[in-house]
Amino acid sequence: MAEATAHGHAGHGVGDHHGAAAPVVHADAHQEHPIKLYLVVWGWLFILSAGSYFVDYVGLEGYLRWTLILLFMVLKAGLIVAVFMHMAWERLAIVYAILLPPVLVLVFVVMMALESDYTLWMRTTFFGALS
Amino acid sequence: MAETTMTAGSPLDARPDGLQGVVADWSSDQRAFKNVSWGKAMMWIFLLSDTFIFGCFLLSYMTARMSTRVPWPNASEVFALHIGGANVPLILIAIMTFVLISSSGTMAMAVMFGYRRDRRKTAALMLLTAVLGATFVGMQAFEWTKLISEGVRPWGNPWGAAQFGSSFFMITGFHGTHVTIGVIFLIIVARKVWRGDYDTGARGFFTSRRGNYESIEIMGLYWHFVDLVWVFIFAFFYLW
Repeated sequence: MAEATAHGHAGHGVGDHHGAAAPVVHADAHQEHPIKLYLVVWGWLFILSAGSYFVDYVGLEGYLRWTLILLFMVLKAGLIVAVFMHMAWERLAIVYAILLPPVLVLVFVVMMALESDYTLWMRTTFFGALS
Repeated sequence: MAETTMTAGSPLDARPDGLQGVVADWSSDQRAFKNVSWGKAMMWIFLLSDTFIFGCFLLSYMTARMSTRVPWPNASEVFALHIGGANVPLILIAIMTFVLISSSGTMAMAVMFGYRRDRRKTAALMLLTAVLGATFVGMQAFEWTKLISEGVRPWGNPWGAAQFGSSFFMITGFHGTHVTIGVIFLIIVARKVWRGDYDTGARGFFTSRRGNYESIEIMGLYWHFVDLVWVFIFAFFYLW
């Protein structure tokens, strides 16, 4: 399996005792990042998590609460997928293959939200008591 | 040989990027994922299917919560802990979140050191990741114990809508199972790294194939996914 070893591309040279033996595949260079990048992303994930906890701690309500929760959630998910899972450095062919299908779940969300409204209406209309 | 290897004579530079690249890569009679090994591509596809499973869990939770006339229990109070004479809302969940995020950070660095062939640091970071993951599962077990002792059951609870219990046990239970499996595999892969299996080309015990340092990245994909799912559970189940 020659494709996995994108070695010696970004000049680090740490523990590089058989870099010469591995054929270099140019586009696989995404594995070479400075440790600082991961630490910065880690820090941001902490800040964003603290932010979403803060939303609950101070007891924000209504649309402000939901907007902030969703905002922090999307930012965290984006950072994890893009940097930790290296999606930012993949070719678009796999990015679209993996990331587009989950977006279509939103259609399912809309369907079930409409259905829940209908169920709730039925329960309110035909079952006066709590059910 | 069924395995498609990338030939050195097909430089990616010659291929178009952007949308044209998508069309060109997906066109027939060739391998679609040009620089992604099968192991990595299959892990991504597994994670995609897992996304749908967790998506369906969260959807059914949304449906149950939107369609019930009974008030939903306030997660902020249900998951509060009594610390120092005051109820701190959601504190255990917040700590669990930070633990899991930290484990993702150590995993990302383990992948990095793996590609630098630093066996000692890679194995140490993977074991640290496993310890953090086990801590997470331990805190989840504590949380389950606390809620069960307070009377939460899949069919009812003291505070409101009965579906709260079923959603909670289903979603966090499935996620906790994923974390547990991840911890087990982290230990297995860390042991291989430590022994130098990926340097000597030792054959694996299960597939009898030679591993390489990309296994760490594939393991990392799974682990980050577990963290990713928790981001959504945290937002929708605990904070909403």
